[in-house]
Amino acid sequence: MRGALAAIFAMALAGCAALAPPPKSKPGTVHIAENPYPSTYHPYGGVPTLIRNATVLDGEGGRIDNGSVLLVDGKVQAVGGADLTAPEGATVIDAQGHYVTPGIIDIHSHLGDYPSPGVQSLSDGNEATSPARPEVWAEHSVWPQDPGFSRAMANGGITSLQILPGSANLFGGRSVVLKNVPSRTVQGMKFPGAPYGLKMACGENPKRVYGSKNQMPQTRMGNIAYVRQTWIKAKEYDRKWTKYEKSGGEIPAEDLAMDTLRGVLHGKILVHNHCYRADEEAIMIDVAKEFGYKISAFHHAVESYKIADLLRENGICSAMWADWYGFKMESYDAINENIAYVQKAGACAIVHSDDPNGIQRLNQEAAKAMASGKRVGIDISEATAWTWLSGNPAKALGISDQTGSLKAGKMADVVLWNGNPFSAYTRPDKVWIDGALLYDSANPKLRPVSDFELGQPGERDVK
Amino acid sequence: MRALLATILLAGASPLAAQTVAITNGTVVVGDGSEPVQGGTVVVRNGRVVAAGRGVSVPGGAEVIDATGKWVTPGIVAGFSRLGLAEVDLGADGSDDTDSGNGPFNAAIDVTPAINPKASTIAVSRADGVTRAVVAPVAGKNIFAGQGAVIDTGDDMDAVLRARAFQFVELGEGGAGIAGGSRATAFVLFRNALREARDLRGRIDGARQDDVLLTRFDAAALVPVVQGKQLLLVHVERAKDILNVLDLREEFPGLKVALVGATEGWTVAHRIAASGVWVIASALNDLPASFEMLAATQSNIGRMRDAGVKVAIGMIDDNDTRYQRNQRQYAGNLVALSKVPGATGVSWSEAFAMISSRPAEAVGIGGEIGSLEAGRRGDVVIWSGDPLELNSAPEAVWIDGVRQPLDNHQTKLRDRYRSLDREALPEAYRK
Repeated sequence: MRGALAAIFAMALAGCAALAPPPKSKPGTVHIAENPYPSTYHPYGGVPTLIRNATVLDGEGGRIDNGSVLLVDGKVQAVGGADLTAPEGATVIDAQGHYVTPGIIDIHSHLGDYPSPGVQSLSDGNEATSPARPEVWAEHSVWPQDPGFSRAMANGGITSLQILPGSANLFGGRSVVLKNVPSRTVQGMKFPGAPYGLKMACGENPKRVYGSKNQMPQTRMGNIAYVRQTWIKAKEYDRKWTKYEKSGGEIPAEDLAMDTLRGVLHGKILVHNHCYRADEEAIMIDVAKEFGYKISAFHHAVESYKIADLLRENGICSAMWADWYGFKMESYDAINENIAYVQKAGACAIVHSDDPNGIQRLNQEAAKAMASGKRVGIDISEATAWTWLSGNPAKALGISDQTGSLKAGKMADVVLWNGNPFSAYTRPDKVWIDGALLYDSANPKLRPVSDFELGQPGERDVK
Repeated sequence: MRALLATILLAGASPLAAQTVAITNGTVVVGDGSEPVQGGTVVVRNGRVVAAGRGVSVPGGAEVIDATGKWVTPGIVAGFSRLGLAEVDLGADGSDDTDSGNGPFNAAIDVTPAINPKASTIAVSRADGVTRAVVAPVAGKNIFAGQGAVIDTGDDMDAVLRARAFQFVELGEGGAGIAGGSRATAFVLFRNALREARDLRGRIDGARQDDVLLTRFDAAALVPVVQGKQLLLVHVERAKDILNVLDLREEFPGLKVALVGATEGWTVAHRIAASGVWVIASALNDLPASFEMLAATQSNIGRMRDAGVKVAIGMIDDNDTRYQRNQRQYAGNLVALSKVPGATGVSWSEAFAMISSRPAEAVGIGGEIGSLEAGRRGDVVIWSGDPLELNSAPEAVWIDGVRQPLDNHQTKLRDRYRSLDREALPEAYRK
C-alpha cells in the first residue's frame, strides 16, 4: 500500500517534469510516516480531588511535609502546603501519615510481550532471527490482556512503562511507552506523544544467541563490528533520504529497519542500551560518538558505579536493579551500592524492573538502594530517591514535560501510599492516571481484571 | 538415631572458635512465632543458645555486646534454595551444579559434594543474615531430583549440617514435562519408582523383578522414602496436584511428605491443614505465570496459615541460587498485606518465624536451628533495626557460636570504587 502510494507520487512528479522546465532542485514529496499506529488513549476522567496532610515527594527531588496535591481535569493543578484549598465539589482526602508521589515509571518492562502465562504461544519478546532487527516494533507484540499490567498498577503504583524487545539481538527493535491503563488494543495504551525508543544490547546475550547458531556475532568484538557495520548502512540510508528530502530526485527505497536507525540519528528515537559491564558501556559511548547519536540510558547497568563519572560527563542515565547479581558473568560485579554511587557522582540514576514481579515493588528496590548508600555514608533523601522512580525515567523516555513529577500542569499520574513507600509494610492505597482513579484498595470495583482472568480461579481476588 | 546423628554432626561442626557471648539490651526475637521482647539478652556458649529473653543473666567470662537500639534474632533460614550449588547461573559452565540432567542417576543423587562453602553466593547470603539453607537439586531427566541437604553459611569448609535431609520430586507441570508430557505419566513414574524401591527393600540376594526403570542405586535411595525415614519434598502448584499428592499417602502410608510451591494452596487449605503436612511456599507469587498458578495471590500464605496449615517461606524457582537474602523483604511484604482490604496477611512474629523456625521444622530440623530457644545452635544476628524492614542490615552474625566475617566480593568492590579519583596507581591496587 505504502509502496503503491510512493509509486503514484513518483508518476505525478515525472508528469510535471514533462510539462515545465526542470527545476534546479525540488524537495522530495514522499515522506515516511513517523506515527502509523497512533495512540488512541483517552484519559478516563475524574473528579477534582484534593489530597491533604500528606508527605509529598514531587519526583524532582522536592518534598513537602503536611503537603497538599490538587488534581483537576486530569492534571496536577497545584502542589502546596496545608493552605491549599479545594474547589467546590472536590473530593478531599485526608492523607495523614501517608505519602503522595508521582506514579512510578518503569523504564524496562516486558509486560505484554513476555506476558503471563509464560507459555510459548505468548512469547513475543525476541525476534531472534538476525542480530539486527530494528524493523520490529515491540508494540506489535504487546498483549494488552497480560494480567501483569494490573498487578503493576495495584501493587506497584506503576502509571507508565516502557515495553522493550528482548536482548537476544544487538538491535532488538523499537520500544513503546504505555500508560498503564487497561485497553482492548495496544494503541489504546500508548502514551500520547512519547518518542519511540530503540532497544540495543551489548554483551553476552547476542553473542550467545548467534554464536550458538554459528553465526556472527560469536564474540564481543563481533558484537561491536556488527553494530558499527549496521550504523554505516544507516548513515548511507540517511544520506540518501536527506538528499531526496532536500533536493528531490529519485525516490530512495524505503527500509523499515533503516527508518528506525535514521530516527535515532535524527534524535527522534531514543536509544535504550542493555549493557551490564562498565567497559562495554564505555565502548558503546564511543560507538555512539562515532556515528553521531545519543544513548539515553544504559539498562541493567550493574557496573555503572565503576564509570559513574563518564556517565555524568556524557549525560547518560543508568537503569539499575537494587541488588540483582551473579546470575550471569556480566552481572558478577554487581554491588548493592551501585545506584547510590551513580547518584553521588551526579549521574542520572533510575530503578528498573525487567521483571513482572519486581515491577510490583520498585519503590522497595529504591528503598534498599537508598539504605545501602546510607550505610556507606551517602545520605540520599527520600525525595531524591523518588527521582529514580519517576522524574529520571520520564526524562530518559522523553516524556518529562508531561509526567514524572508533581508539578502544576503535568498529567495527574499519582499514587497515594498507605504509609511510607520506602517501607516493606507499605502498599498503594489509590492510583490515579490522568486524574482518573483507577485503583482504590478499599473499593473492589476499582480493581482491574484482564480478560484472561475472567472466570478463572481467584478472578475477583485481591492479588 | 537422631540424637546420635546430632552428636556426630556437632563433632564435625568445629565449634573450636565458639566463645561465650552475651548480647544484651536488644529487641530479641526468638523466632518461634512469639512477640519480640524489648531489652532482652541472648547468651550463646559452646556453639549453642543458652537462653534468650528478658531476665537472662550474663555468665561470667562472657564477651558482652551491647545491642541497645538493635534487634537480635536467630539467623534467617532459607526455606527452599539452590544456595551453594551455582556460582553463576548462565554462561559459566562448570560453575553450576544445580542440574544433573546429563547424568545416569536421579533419586540417588546427593547434593552434598556439590555444595561449595566458598561460593560467593554463600558469603553474600551470610552478610545479609542468612545462616542456614535448605538446598535441593534440580530435577534433570527424572521427576526425582535427588537428595537435598540443610547447610550453614559459615566461613569454613563444613557447610552441610544434614546431608540427605530429604528427597525432592517434581509432580506438577515441571514433573509432567520431564516424565514425557503429562501428569498421568509423572504419577505412574512416581508409583513405579516407589514400587521398585519397595520390592528392593529386604531382598538380601539383591534380585530384582523384571521391567525395572530405576537403576539399583536410585531404587535403593528411595527405600527410606517409602519407609518414611526420609522426608519427601514434592513440588506442586495447582490445587488438584496438591490433592493428588495428599492422596498418595493412602497408597504409600509410610510417606512423609512436605509440599513445595503450593501457589494454589489457599483454595484447598482445609484439606492441607487436615493432612498435617508442611508447606514451603513462595511468598509473593501473584501472577498466573503458568496454567498451574491461575489462582495465584499474595494472600496464599496468610490464608493457608489462617486455615491451620503449617507454612514456611521458600524461594521456589525464584532466583533460588542466590537471593535468599530477599526472603526477609518478602516476609515483611506479607505483614503489609494485613493493611490491604480483602487480602490476608501474616503477623510480624509469624512472618519472621516463616523465615527462621518454620522452614527448619518443615524439614525436620527445628530442634537444631531456626530459633533462639535454649539448646538450639548458636546462629544469631544483630540487626541495625527491624529485620523485615528494607533499611535494616546485619551488624554481626554468629553461626554455631562463631562470629562470622561479613565481607565478600561485593563489599570489596564497594570499597574499591568508593572514589573514582585517579590515584598514584590503578584501581587494581586498592584492596
